[in-house]
Amino acid sequence: MSIGHTLLGLLESGPRHGYDLKRAFDEKFGHDKPLHYGQVYSTMSRLLKNGLVEVDGIEAGEGPERKRYAITEAGITDVQRWLATPEKPEPYLQSTLYTKVVLALLTHRDAADILDTQRSEHLRMMRILTDRKRKGDLADQLICDHALFHLEADLRWLELTSARLGRLAKEVLPA
Amino acid sequence: MTPAGSLLSAHGLRKAYGPTTALDGAEFSIHPGEVVAVMGPSGSGKSTLLHCLAGIVRPDAGEISYNGQELTGMTDTALSALRRSEFGFVFQFGQLVPELTCVENVALPLRLNGARRKDAERTALTWLERLEVDDVRGKRPGEVSGGQGQRVAVARALATSPRVVFADEPTGALDSLNGERVMELLTDAARSANAAVVLVTHETRVAAYSDREIVVRDGRSRDMERAV
Repeated sequence: MSIGHTLLGLLESGPRHGYDLKRAFDEKFGHDKPLHYGQVYSTMSRLLKNGLVEVDGIEAGEGPERKRYAITEAGITDVQRWLATPEKPEPYLQSTLYTKVVLALLTHRDAADILDTQRSEHLRMMRILTDRKRKGDLADQLICDHALFHLEADLRWLELTSARLGRLAKEVLPA
Repeated sequence: MTPAGSLLSAHGLRKAYGPTTALDGAEFSIHPGEVVAVMGPSGSGKSTLLHCLAGIVRPDAGEISYNGQELTGMTDTALSALRRSEFGFVFQFGQLVPELTCVENVALPLRLNGARRKDAERTALTWLERLEVDDVRGKRPGEVSGGQGQRVAVARALATSPRVVFADEPTGALDSLNGERVMELLTDAARSANAAVVLVTHETRVAAYSDREIVVRDGRSRDMERAV
């Protein structure tokens, strides 16, 4: 995820301090990975340097000075461009699991066993996500569904591969 | 041998339909309050395993133990009584009686067990409320949606307070939103009643509502919890 663009997008609704930005980010997007303060301040310095944000005000307190940031016109254009650009689909052509299956066949190990164990591991993760979904709000449900659909796709591949192991063995093993 | 603490278990189950082997030494066990998914490719024997465990099909060989009783030695009448009083069933299609209203459908197994109409329908309505379909109580199955009909079927399966619920592809005919809600309601209700659920499914998102899974392949089962 582009943290810079996300923080810029959050600034569009009005100027905020770095701390408020972090809190808004964590609340909406940082479910499992909250931002570090360092990440926020280094990102804001970069955005400032590139003219995408400006300092809207500085509050002096007992601690360090608190800068309030505002998005610039160039920043709004940048967010708009990012939102309009489709994400590159992940081709998933490098699969460790595929490599393991082929190696198992080449070395006369039980490839079906590898697939069964992997299915179980995927299901374990799916149970955790399903449980979280049941207890969570709509945002949680959408995030978990996204992950669940990807895991489900892996499992469909796994079932198909499991059904094709005999054919695959004939192709990879020397005649 | 019966695994310690299990409510229902099977050992060395074999079943053939003519020349086709459906089960070839399958094993199974489930504890009270546990949801176990039975997974495997089409034709692997998972539905036959469920039918044997529920006493619907007699295995050719092997043992099935339910709460200390051996199922394979029971008469058809005793098996039928056991199914009515201790087991609940949810299938993919066509399980509701089309001539009865939804509340009458849910009350039916209670009536068969000897409950008075008024009492049976009161209990049935409680279950329809729990499954969020009390608004269709007076409608016939042909007048409700697939999702509503399946919730009514789940209510009927749970109305007799069964100790084991057998669910064979319970969401197979539903869209994913309805399917997931049915699974939530089914597993929540079963767990709170400490009932065990044997869930046959090929859908991994449905299996994710289980506590553990066994995989059936070529008539043999594999308990993945013990395998990992």
